[in-house]
Amino acid sequence: MSFEAFMIVAAVLFCIGLYGSLARRNVLAVLMSIELMFNAVNITLVAMAKYLAPAALQDDISSVLTGQVFAVFIITVAAAEIALGLGIVFAMYRTHDSVDLTEATSLRY
Amino acid sequence: MLFQDVVFWMLSVMAIGGALGVVLAPDLFRAALLLIVVFIAVAGFFVLLSAEFLAVVQVLIYVGAIAILIIFAVMLTRDVQRGNLPNRLQIPAVVFSALLLAALVTVAVDTKWEFLPADQQARVELVQTNSVTTLTGELLTEEGITGPEEQAEVQEAGLADLLISDYVLPFEAVSVLLLAALIGALVLVRPSPGAEKG
Repeated sequence: MSFEAFMIVAAVLFCIGLYGSLARRNVLAVLMSIELMFNAVNITLVAMAKYLAPAALQDDISSVLTGQVFAVFIITVAAAEIALGLGIVFAMYRTHDSVDLTEATSLRY
Repeated sequence: MLFQDVVFWMLSVMAIGGALGVVLAPDLFRAALLLIVVFIAVAGFFVLLSAEFLAVVQVLIYVGAIAILIIFAVMLTRDVQRGNLPNRLQIPAVVFSALLLAALVTVAVDTKWEFLPADQQARVELVQTNSVTTLTGELLTEEGITGPEEQAEVQEAGLADLLISDYVLPFEAVSVLLLAALIGALVLVRPSPGAEKG
């Protein structure tokens, strides 16, 4: 259970999420993939807070919590993002009668 | 250490397998359920990384709110019957993600990370779990923190204290953001005034 192992697992999660958000047609699948990427970033932040940051430790012990504070903010922003995202999904479902991204072409021409 | 390693590998398999299921499952509803598995595995990672408070928040917000909202959305849109189809960008997406993965893994392995010295590790873990436990003087002495000044310092360092002292401005900004997102979502889902009813 080394630091690198956490980073590699987070990288794998992030890349799976990236593939999902690029290659799926359903808006909800894309939103779920974005959540995967948020989680991967949170893992790296918390792992770095635990294993790294020796320079900041000298002046203030509470600086080892900076990574966790960032993770709290990311979780909050993710909650706001999913609320807005689902609002947009429902608006799109009402206007297009579908949540297929390939059919959302109103802005193309 | 061995037990932690076993837990780590189990959580990794859970998280990566679940994530693959989320993007590849043909049924969107199953994908949403597998997403919950990934969230719980990530909460387990947070416990392993001595971030208990974040693990609880992860379960409350991700599993309790976000995953349930997504499942509601899956149920409310009829496209769930068509399944989770790929678009035309599938091959470029695979290539791009694989290249990024290779780059990230190379960086993670090759970088010379500046690790904490081993004697500081116990102190750091103590501060990081501080946000959910009350640290008594005896516990701190057991962990090797004996100086009264140092004890006071560790006892005062907590996630909640940080959020309302050093990070109070981002904290307030995030509350405004949440409010704005709430109002925005309400405006988006409200039927437009000109639209016919029914």
